[in-house]
Amino acid sequence: MSANARGPVEALKGLVRRQYFWGIVAVALLLLVNLVKDPGYLAVSIGPSGNLAGNVIDILRAAAPVILIAVGMCLVVATGGIDLSVGSVMVVAGAVSMEFLKDAPDTVGSTFTALALVIAVSAALGAVNGVLVSVVGLQPFISTLVIMLAGRGLAKVITGGQNTAATNETFRWIANGYVFGLPVVFLLALLVAVGVGLLVRRSALGLMLEAIGMDAKAARLAGVNRRALLFTVYIFGGVLAGFAGVFATASVMTVDVSRTGYQLELDAILAVVIGGTSLAGGKFNITGAVVGAILIATLDKTVVFLGVSSSATPAFKAIVIVALCLLQSERVRRVFRQRRAAGTARPAEREVVAA
Amino acid sequence: MPESLPIVEMVGISISFPGVKALDDVGFRLFPGEVHSLMGENGAGKSTLIKALTGVYKIDEGEIRIAGEPRRLGGTADAQSAGISTVYQEVNLCSNLTIGENVMLGHEIKGAAGINWRATHRAARETLEKLGLGHLDPKQSLATLPLAVQQLVAISRSMVAKSKVLILDEPTSSLDANEVEQLFTVIRRLRDQGVAILFVSHFLDQVYAISDRLTVLRNGRFEGEYRTEELDRARLIATMIGKDIATLKSLDAKASRRVRSDEPPLYSAKGIGRKGAISEVDIDLHRGEVVGLAGLLGSGRTELARLIYGADRPDSGEVTLDGEKAEITTPAKALARHIALSSENRRDEGIIRDLSVRENLVLAVQARRGWARPLPRREQDALVEKYIAALGVRPADPERPIRLLSGGNQQKVLLGRWLATEPELLILDEPTRGIDVGAKAEIQEYVAALADDGLAVVFISSELEEVVRQSDRIIVLKDRRKIAEIEGGHGVSADSIVTIIAEDALGDERADAVVREEVTS
Repeated sequence: MSANARGPVEALKGLVRRQYFWGIVAVALLLLVNLVKDPGYLAVSIGPSGNLAGNVIDILRAAAPVILIAVGMCLVVATGGIDLSVGSVMVVAGAVSMEFLKDAPDTVGSTFTALALVIAVSAALGAVNGVLVSVVGLQPFISTLVIMLAGRGLAKVITGGQNTAATNETFRWIANGYVFGLPVVFLLALLVAVGVGLLVRRSALGLMLEAIGMDAKAARLAGVNRRALLFTVYIFGGVLAGFAGVFATASVMTVDVSRTGYQLELDAILAVVIGGTSLAGGKFNITGAVVGAILIATLDKTVVFLGVSSSATPAFKAIVIVALCLLQSERVRRVFRQRRAAGTARPAEREVVAA
Repeated sequence: MPESLPIVEMVGISISFPGVKALDDVGFRLFPGEVHSLMGENGAGKSTLIKALTGVYKIDEGEIRIAGEPRRLGGTADAQSAGISTVYQEVNLCSNLTIGENVMLGHEIKGAAGINWRATHRAARETLEKLGLGHLDPKQSLATLPLAVQQLVAISRSMVAKSKVLILDEPTSSLDANEVEQLFTVIRRLRDQGVAILFVSHFLDQVYAISDRLTVLRNGRFEGEYRTEELDRARLIATMIGKDIATLKSLDAKASRRVRSDEPPLYSAKGIGRKGAISEVDIDLHRGEVVGLAGLLGSGRTELARLIYGADRPDSGEVTLDGEKAEITTPAKALARHIALSSENRRDEGIIRDLSVRENLVLAVQARRGWARPLPRREQDALVEKYIAALGVRPADPERPIRLLSGGNQQKVLLGRWLATEPELLILDEPTRGIDVGAKAEIQEYVAALADDGLAVVFISSELEEVVRQSDRIIVLKDRRKIAEIEGGHGVSADSIVTIIAEDALGDERADAVVREEVTS
C-alpha cells in the first residue's frame, strides 16, 4: 500500500478510484459556483494578528464539529450499526458546559473542569447506547433513537428550558481562536481524524470492526470480542459528539436547547456515506468521512451564499447529495465505463477488418 | 432414452475472471426427462457453468440455447423466465420469513386486494405435501427449521416456479440418508414428468443412484459426456482428477492406529449440557488422538462441539483442562486456552466473505492478541504463505477476496485460520462437506498428521465411513445424548455404528411400548 513506490500519476489514478474522489469534485464544483457569483469568494486575507480570514476559513471552521461526529459515526457504521443520538449528545454536552461555566470563575481551570464534565456525560450517554446494543442486543437504530429523543429533553432539564449563556475566555478560544493562523476547531478536528485513522489502521481495530460489520456470527466464532468492541465504539462516538457539542456552543457561548446539534446526526450519516462507507457495515473509510463532512459544510455555506430561500434549502441539499450518490454507485459508473469502452473498441474493430 | 431435442444446449462456453480462465470452450447438453450429473473437482468449473446457465455470470464466448432458441441470460430473472430454477449448495432462503412465504416468494397468489395470504399459504402447503413435507406448518418461521429441512423447502420453492430445468447444486450435502431418499423420490417423479434435472454432488453413491448421464469437467475444460452405466467409479474419479487409478488406491489405505498414552486427558468434561441442545455428557479428549462424533443429523453432534468451544454457553457441568478447572463460555475464552472449532456452516459462521484470504486466515490469531497488538504484516505474510503452501490453497493469492475461492479452498483457508492459533484441541465439524474427492483426501491426511503431532482432534462428519476411518475413538450420539463410546480399530465399521443406533432406537420403542401398556392397563 506504500504510495511512494509509485509515480504521482498512479497515485492520482488511485485517488480517482476512491469513492470520496467525487466528494472532492463536488466541493470543488460548489466553490466554483460561488466563485462565478463572486470572483473574490476564495480570497483569504491575513488579519492584523496574522490570522487567516475568508470564506474558505469559515467553511473549515463550520466543518469541524461535523468532522468529529462523522469520524465517530464512521466507526459505528463499520460495525453494521448506526448512531442517531449524536446531535442530542451534542446539545447535552453544550448544556452541561454552559450551566457549569455560568457560575464558575473565568479561568483556565474552569474550562478543563467543563471539558471533563462533557467527557463524563457524553461517555455515559454513549455507554447507554453501547449497553443497549451490545449487551441487551437491541437494534442500534432503536437504541440510539431512544437517546436521541431523551437527550434533547435531558438538555432542557439541565438548563431549565433556558438557552443558557456563559463567559469563559479559554472555552471561547476553542471555537474562535487561531493557531498558526488557522481556526483551533479545525485543527483539533483534523488531529482527531488523523489520530483515529492511524489508530484503526495501525492497530487491528479496523480489521476487527470490519469483521463484526460484515459477519457478526463468523467474527464471534473467530474469537473477536464483539461485545467489548461495540461498547467501546459507541462510547467513543458519544465522546466525539460531546466535543462537537463544545465546538458548537463555544463559538457563541450559548447553548440553544432546541437548535444546537439539531439533525446533525443526519449530516454525519451523509458524510460517512459520501465517504464511501456502506451503511450495511464492513469496509470503512475515515478520510472519506472527513471529505464528506467538509462537503456538507461547503454545501451549507453555499446555500446561504447563493441566497437560496431557507425553505428550499433542504431540497437543494438533497439534489446535490443524490447526484453525488449516483456518481458513486457502481451501477451508474459501469454504464459510463461501458459507454467509454464501446467508444474505444469500435476503431480497433475497424482496424482488424481492414487488416 | 429417446434422443429428443436437448432442452439446454451450451456450446463453446468460455468465462474468464481476472487471472483465471474458469471455463474454456466447454459444451453441455441437458435433455428433458433425464437426471444429468455434472462432475469435477473443486475449481473444475461446475459452479461457474451453473452460474452461466442461471445468468449470474456473463459468458465471454459461446452460446446458450434453450429449447433450440439461442438465449442471452442477463440475470437470474432471465433464467427463471426461460424455465430454469436453481437450488444452490448453501441454502439461499430468507430465514426471517415463514416457510410458506419462502416457498411462494415471487409466486404469491394475488387477489382483488393484493396478496391473498390464505390462498398463498394453501398453495405452499400443497407444494410441501407433494414433497412429503406435509407436516410442516407454512406459517412457521423458516429459521426454526434445521438446515436439512430448509434445503427441502428450497427445493419445493423451485417446484412452484413450474420449471422445465431444475438445477440442484449439492442439494444433499446437509441431508441424512432418509432425507436423501425422500429427495430422490421427488427427483424421479419430476424426471418422469419430463423435467430436466442437472445434479451436482460429491457423493458418488448418490450420483450413481440417481443419474442417467454424466458430464465431467476438469480445470475448466470439458472431459467428456457419458452414460452412467458406461463409466465405473474408478474411471470416473480418474477422469475427474486426471490421474490413473493406481495412485488413487493409496488414498484409501487406512491410517495406522495411534497408541494412546496413559497421560491424563487434555480436556475433560463432566456432565456438560445445555437445555434444548444436548443432555449431560461426560467426555475426555487426549493429546494425539482423533475422537469421532457419530450420529445422524440432529443427534447433537454439532451442539456438543459448540458446547466444548463455548460457542454456546453450557448450563451444567464442569470442564478441566490438564486437570485444572476451566471456564469456557465464549469462543474468545476457548481460543485463549488453545481450543479451536471449525464450524459446519462455512458460509455463515466460517468465512467472512468480503475480507481477503489473508485477513480471514489471521483473524482468529489477531482476535486472540487483541486489537491493540496488531500482528506485524511480515508475520501475517509468513503465516499465510505457510498455510497456503501446506494446505494447497488455490489460487495461492493472499489478497483475493475469499468469496471468489471454491468451497474446498475456502475450507482449507479456514483450517489454516484455526491451525494458525496453534490449538491443542481442534474440533472439526464437517470439514469435508461439499468438497471434492481430492481436497477431501488432502484434508483427511492433514487431520491424521495433526494427531500424530500430538493434537487432540474431534472429528465430525455425516459420512460414517469417514468417521470410522479417521477416528481412534468414536462417541455415538442419538437424540441429543451420548449412547455409546467405542474404540476404533478392527471390527468397527459404519454398519456396526448404525447397529448401535438402531438398537438404541429399538430400546426406545420397547420402552414406549411398556409405557403405553402401563397407561392402558
